[in-house]
Amino acid sequence: MTEPLLDVDSLEVRFWTRRGTVYAVNGISFSLNAGETLGIVGESGCGKSVTALALMGILPRAGRVTAGTASYGGRDLYTQSEAEWQRFRGKEIAMIFQDPMTSLNPVLTVGSQLREAIEAHLDVSKKEASDRVVELLDRVGIPQARARAKDYPHQFSGGMRQRAMIAIALACEPKVIIADEPTTALDVTIQAQILDLLRDLVDERGTALILITHDLGVVAGMCERVQVMYAGTVVETGDAVPIFASPRHPYTLGLLQSVPRLDTGRRQALQPIEGAPPNMLTEPVSCPFAPRCRYAQEDCLASVPLLRSIGEQQAACFHPAPSDEWARTRLQGVA
Amino acid sequence: MNGLGPPLLEARDLRVWFPIKSGIVLDRHVGDVKAVDGVDLTVWRGETLGLVGESGCGKSTVGRTLLRLYKPTSGRIVFDERDITTLSDGQMRPIRRRMQMVFQDPYASLNPRHSIGKIVGEPLRVHGVGSRRETETRVQELLSTVGLPEDAANRFPHEFSGGQRQRIGLARALALNPEFLVCDEPVSALDVSIQAQIVNLMEELQEKLGLTYLFIAHDLAVVRHISTRIAVMYLGKIVEVAPADDLYENPLHPYTITLLSAIPIPDPAIERRRSAILVSGDLPSPANPPKACRFHTRCPFVQPTRCAEEEPLLRELEGHVVACHFAEKIKAGDIQPVTQSAA
Repeated sequence: MTEPLLDVDSLEVRFWTRRGTVYAVNGISFSLNAGETLGIVGESGCGKSVTALALMGILPRAGRVTAGTASYGGRDLYTQSEAEWQRFRGKEIAMIFQDPMTSLNPVLTVGSQLREAIEAHLDVSKKEASDRVVELLDRVGIPQARARAKDYPHQFSGGMRQRAMIAIALACEPKVIIADEPTTALDVTIQAQILDLLRDLVDERGTALILITHDLGVVAGMCERVQVMYAGTVVETGDAVPIFASPRHPYTLGLLQSVPRLDTGRRQALQPIEGAPPNMLTEPVSCPFAPRCRYAQEDCLASVPLLRSIGEQQAACFHPAPSDEWARTRLQGVA
Repeated sequence: MNGLGPPLLEARDLRVWFPIKSGIVLDRHVGDVKAVDGVDLTVWRGETLGLVGESGCGKSTVGRTLLRLYKPTSGRIVFDERDITTLSDGQMRPIRRRMQMVFQDPYASLNPRHSIGKIVGEPLRVHGVGSRRETETRVQELLSTVGLPEDAANRFPHEFSGGQRQRIGLARALALNPEFLVCDEPVSALDVSIQAQIVNLMEELQEKLGLTYLFIAHDLAVVRHISTRIAVMYLGKIVEVAPADDLYENPLHPYTITLLSAIPIPDPAIERRRSAILVSGDLPSPANPPKACRFHTRCPFVQPTRCAEEEPLLRELEGHVVACHFAEKIKAGDIQPVTQSAA
């Protein structure tokens, strides 16, 4: 087996706020091979975006990686100097943010923002950089790329801005792209366009993709592997097909049961997950999902479950759901 | 039509144009944003009418105009057999008690300085219903109806999560025992596990209180789940109306077809086989919409004749109403879309 491109081991991130310490990410481990697509799914506050920021070395000042390591191609990310980080970001791992309106600079043209990314990492002449800008905008499907490069972000629509963001991420041909909710702010028809583009680009260049989203449908269509996060921990991980066919962690099962889907009957009963996610101000000492879990038993409150092999995937659960539970319930109540 | 008596609410040829002004002193009128441009809608008593479309298509404007929160530019609104299009604010007051609104953003729609008791009791005070004591009792009753703890009345919005705040918004909307609720994207700001709680609550309330909903949303899976009938809007116009299940099984308008095909399904086995029909480009500006069929600039089924020349009118077809010249031919497979595989 080849060495993984990115290897994250027991990563912990804490934030120090006025209200206390926030235990945002509590020891997550995963690896990513070249050319692989990994989906990270979870609801707001589960630590999925913080994980991405930690991998890019751009955590807000209040936050810090307190334990664990992340290595990229054999180098340890968290012993890098700031200068090394600057050469690393964008060149090796690039990021696409959720909101293209606030992540582009409103007073610089789209072209100059793209050129900035190119000139920061590649030794090219002005002319070469300009040509590369046009080539990239053209590749991400922006019509009349040469003219549009002179436009400002407000002259672009939401979908076009996200295309421009993708062009910036691609500028230096990184080996890994982290896309944090890249289509959440967009309409479904535009979302379909952007996902299609991302899929093509990743295939064409063999770029590895970490796609962070709350939308299970997007992950199902885009990713080979899935990692479900809840309250700063990975609760279930493995290949997408077995996880969607037979989720074993009660949280993954609950997510699938609570979204209405278009391919089943309308009166499929929605089973919400009762309660709300835990507050993250205390260090977890028990299964974080236990208070909302249908399968919880006493020992769930005694210690934190670790990831272990259950079925074809791995789940962090003492009392996993039966393997046929999802197949059984998804057909129930169909009109 | 369906034995329910007259419709609860009807809109005929509704237009809502927002003027675009230019200049500092003269304030010249240089054009209009045609947010809603000739919409006919009928809402039957006890049903949930889903109104779907992408951002900027005018669906929220329709909802607000039906409640007379915006003044229609032209057209007619009839509520319970009474024309309310031109009623004065004073004349609207007794009618407003019967129609209420639930907003999208549970963070922005609750006053952070008011206690929950004050927020939920506000409609009662505004309409001068009941004494102070009666208001308090009613607030308690409402809070328990929407599943909030008893002590919630003395607490403030910041103490509640998004899902609980949406319950507060529902309690406020229900305070005056309305018959008709306009719900504008009530679950889109919530996490998926919480969405299902609110959708289930809304269904329970409808059954218990005999409510009629206009449910506005962009998430078609949620809309189908809750609606009896669904109207699809594109750029200020209704393009298709059909019973909820039927719309999904047998979409007739090209826009409905592409919209449905764009929604990912949470199952990799299905997603990897499926090929999406992609629409090209972005939504045109409602200030200067395309002539004739408004969808023809992006339509994957567009034909060289008629689409760019004649405006398609809503007509009945297979139990739907649809505004497309070529709906039958598309249905029969005579016209193929420009497809792109999702592989």
